Amino acid sequence: MRKLFGLAITFALGLVIILALNNTVNFPAFGEVNLSERISGAYLSEDNVEEVGSANLVTSIVIGFRTFDTLGEVTVLFISSLGVAFILGRKKQKRMNLNFKPNFMLRVGSNILLAIILVTSFYIILHGHLSPGGGFPGGAMIASSVLLLYLADDRFRSNIKGFKLLEGFAGSLFVIIGLLGLVFATAFFANYLPTGTIGNFLSAGIIPIIYVLIGLKVGSEIAGIIDNFLTEEERA
Amino acid sequence: MIQYASIFLFVLGLYGLFINKNVIKLIVSLNVMEIGLFIFIISIGYVGDNAIAPIISNTQDLGLIYVDPLPQALVLTAIVIGVGTTALALAIAKSIYNTYQTFDLDEMEESA
Repeated sequence: MRKLFGLAITFALGLVIILALNNTVNFPAFGEVNLSERISGAYLSEDNVEEVGSANLVTSIVIGFRTFDTLGEVTVLFISSLGVAFILGRKKQKRMNLNFKPNFMLRVGSNILLAIILVTSFYIILHGHLSPGGGFPGGAMIASSVLLLYLADDRFRSNIKGFKLLEGFAGSLFVIIGLLGLVFATAFFANYLPTGTIGNFLSAGIIPIIYVLIGLKVGSEIAGIIDNFLTEEERA
Repeated sequence: MIQYASIFLFVLGLYGLFINKNVIKLIVSLNVMEIGLFIFIISIGYVGDNAIAPIISNTQDLGLIYVDPLPQALVLTAIVIGVGTTALALAIAKSIYNTYQTFDLDEMEESA
């Protein structure tokens, strides 16, 4: 009975969505979009691109025009990691036991892989204003290296205090850089460094600095979440 | 056409939310809904077959046709928030399991 009811409601909702999208003039068909009619056309105009100076236009939106949104997003991630720590974190913690005993080869091989993952993630973070990627995917890669160490080494326990310190440091520096925009320029998160030539590594003003801080913050937050999931209460 | 696929994913996730009683399956259904929404938002920004990724090498490139960068930026935001909410939901599921020794909502009601 519940399955039938759910199916009926689901079908009705899907039909409503499709009909609502088909009958409006505001919603163009797939692939027939004119960007100059949208607000995105302004982000693609030459003045705005040169003002931010980032070669990756997605980064120029995320960190250039909408830095305040990104601050809110980082705050949401921070609150969710805080909530995970609040729900799962108890006083006496030990790491969860694996069902198998990792051998020597697995430990050494995971260390080699760890170096490659870390180098790639820092490359992605540092080139966020030039190529696809940036602080968020790079930070997730840093956290994945911590997960790799947890799975490959049964004695590994990440330095959770260090991660908390790094997270707080990166987050407060992010806000301080934004506040300096009020001093050297006119607005919160205004770009007060020279933007340089588009496509150069040292360009786009404060965008690379902010993206590095976001990468460190996201990496340490997700690593903290992983640590909370892979530890359990010590049973005496 | 891909927009209908994303709507299908969205309503599939909603159907999963209706019929499942397992907490983990509910979280997976929420994630399926979320992915449907992401694909839908990305598909809004598709401009045409000759459009390229919105990455320029110099300002002369601005005359080319790019896909819409704004939906991509919004989805970048939404994915990170999705990771956060999924982590929080899984943490709640783990603490539910520690209390009731089950993931099933019906069995939870019986034991309560």
